[in-house]
Amino acid sequence: MSNIVVLVKQVPDTNAKIVVSGDRVDLSAVKKVMSPYDEFAVETALKHREANGGEVTALTLGGAGADKVLKDAKAIGVDHIVRIDTEDEHDSNALQSALATVLTEIGAEVVYCGKSAADTGAGSTGPGIAERLGWASVSNVISVAFENGLTVVAPSEGGNARISVPLPAVVSCDKGDMKVRKPNVKGIMQAKKAKVEVKTVAMQGSTVSVVAHSMPPAKPAGKSYEGGAAAAEVARLLRDEANVI
Amino acid sequence: MTDTIVIAEIAKGTIHATTSELVTAAAAMGSAPIVIVPCTDASIADAAASIQGASKVIAAKSDAFAHYDAAGWASALDAVAPAGTILTAATPQSKDLAARLAARRNLSVVQDVVAINGNQLTSPVYSGKAMQTVALSGPAVVSVRANVFDAAPSGGACEVAVVDTTGNMATAVQEFMARASQRLDVAEANIIISGGRGMGSPDNFVHLEAIADTIGAAVGASRAAVDTWEAIPHSMQVGQTGKTVNPNLYIAVGISGAIQHLAGMRSSKYIVAINKDADAPIFQHADYGIVGTWEDALPVLQSTLSSMMA
Repeated sequence: MSNIVVLVKQVPDTNAKIVVSGDRVDLSAVKKVMSPYDEFAVETALKHREANGGEVTALTLGGAGADKVLKDAKAIGVDHIVRIDTEDEHDSNALQSALATVLTEIGAEVVYCGKSAADTGAGSTGPGIAERLGWASVSNVISVAFENGLTVVAPSEGGNARISVPLPAVVSCDKGDMKVRKPNVKGIMQAKKAKVEVKTVAMQGSTVSVVAHSMPPAKPAGKSYEGGAAAAEVARLLRDEANVI
Repeated sequence: MTDTIVIAEIAKGTIHATTSELVTAAAAMGSAPIVIVPCTDASIADAAASIQGASKVIAAKSDAFAHYDAAGWASALDAVAPAGTILTAATPQSKDLAARLAARRNLSVVQDVVAINGNQLTSPVYSGKAMQTVALSGPAVVSVRANVFDAAPSGGACEVAVVDTTGNMATAVQEFMARASQRLDVAEANIIISGGRGMGSPDNFVHLEAIADTIGAAVGASRAAVDTWEAIPHSMQVGQTGKTVNPNLYIAVGISGAIQHLAGMRSSKYIVAINKDADAPIFQHADYGIVGTWEDALPVLQSTLSSMMA
C-alpha cells in the first residue's frame, strides 16, 4: 500500500497562440489544460496503485481556476485532489518549499511529476522537492517497474540506464512508449461531484521576480532556393558562411 | 561580493566545450568564475585551466561522479562550491542537477538562460513562443543554453586545486543499455538532421542516417513521423512532447514545421529546411530553405558534404 502523489500543473494549451500585451503575456483568452507530461505522471501513478495498492493524490498549486486540472486528474482515476491556494507569482524556491511542506503533511511516499511543465519548460520542481525532502530523484524517466522500490529506465550518456530507486523518491516522467488512459463517463461524473481539498501554506519570499515578457526576436528572412540541386550551394554556405560544418 | 561558480559540463569523460561558454556567461553576470570540474580522475580538470576568464579551477574528485545520481552529485558539489551564484549547462542532466543544487541551498533556479544583462536573465517560455526576463535579488543557480554565448578563448593558465569530496548516492545503476548505433542522441548532438512524414516511409530515413554519419550528426524526427511509423522511436522525437534541442545546425527534411515541432528546435543556431511545399511554415524559421523534394536534395547534399569532409 503506497501513499502516491502526482503533481499536476495547469498550463496554456500548447497549440495556443501566446500574446504579449504591454510587458506581460496575456493568457486571458487562452484555453488551459493539464501540462502534457503530467498526463504521463498521472498514468504512472495509477499504474503504481494498480501494482502495489494504495491511493493516489493529485496535488497542484494555484488559484481556484486551477481546480479544473485536479478535476481532470480525478476523472482519469486519482483518489484525492488537493490544491495549495495562492494567486501570486512565486519563484522556484517558494513553490518547491510549499509543495514539500504539503507533501510531508499528506505523508507522501512516492511523488510523480511531468519532466517539465509546458509553460516554463524548466523541469526544476521534481528534483527540487526531492532535495528539500531528502529523497532520491530520477528525471526524464521513460519506464517504471514497481518492484524493490522502483526500477526505472532513464536516458544516460550513449543510451539508457536501468536504475534502482529506493523509496521515498520523486520521479519525473517523459513520454516513453506510454499510452495514457482517457477519462470515462463514470470518471467524469465522479470528478464533477468531487471536492477539492484546499490548503494554505505560508509562502517564502521570492528572490527571483519576473521583470517582463516579450515576443521572441524575429529571425531575419533566410535564403531561399528552388530545387534540390541547391543543396550543394547550401552545403557550401554552411561551411563558409555559417561555419557549422 | 560573492563568488560566481561554473560547474563544468562533462561528456565522454572530458570537459565539454560548452564549459567555455559558461565562463563567458559568468563574466556577463559580473565576475571571473571559479570552475568546478566533477570528476573521478582529477587530470581531466587540467583542460579547464586554459579557459581565459576563469579565476580558479577546482577538480572535485569523487567516486560519486562515476554515474549520475542527482542526490549524490548535488551533495558532492555543494560540499566543494563556495557561496554564490552557480552556472550549469542546460542539458537535461545539468538542469536536473541545477534544480537539486538550488534546493539544497534554499535558492531559486533559473533554467535555459539565453541572455544575461547584469542581474537580469532571459529564458524562453511557452515553448519558445515568448521570452521571460527575471531579476535576481540574491544568489541563484542558473542553467545556460548552449550555442548562445561565445566560448571564452583558451590560452589562460589558472591554478587547479584538487579537492576530494563525497556524495550521498541515492540511486544505483543496474545496467547501461547502449544505443544500437554509434550515432549521437538528438539531446547530445551539435548537428541534427530530422525527418518528417514527408520522408514517405521510415525506410527512407537511411538517407538521413548516411548524411548524419558523414558529418557526425544525430538523426531526429517530427512527432508526425513518430506517431505514424512504429520504426521511428519516441527517443528521436524533437518538439513539444519530445526533446528540446539547441544545436548549431538543424536540418529539417520533409517537416512542415507544426508549432509542436518548432517548440523543440526553433532556437537552433542555423536551420536548414528541405520541403517540397513552398508554403510550409518551417521556411519562416529557416536560414537556408530549399523548396524541393528530399529525393532531389539529399543525394546532392550527401555528395557535397562527403567531398567537403574528405
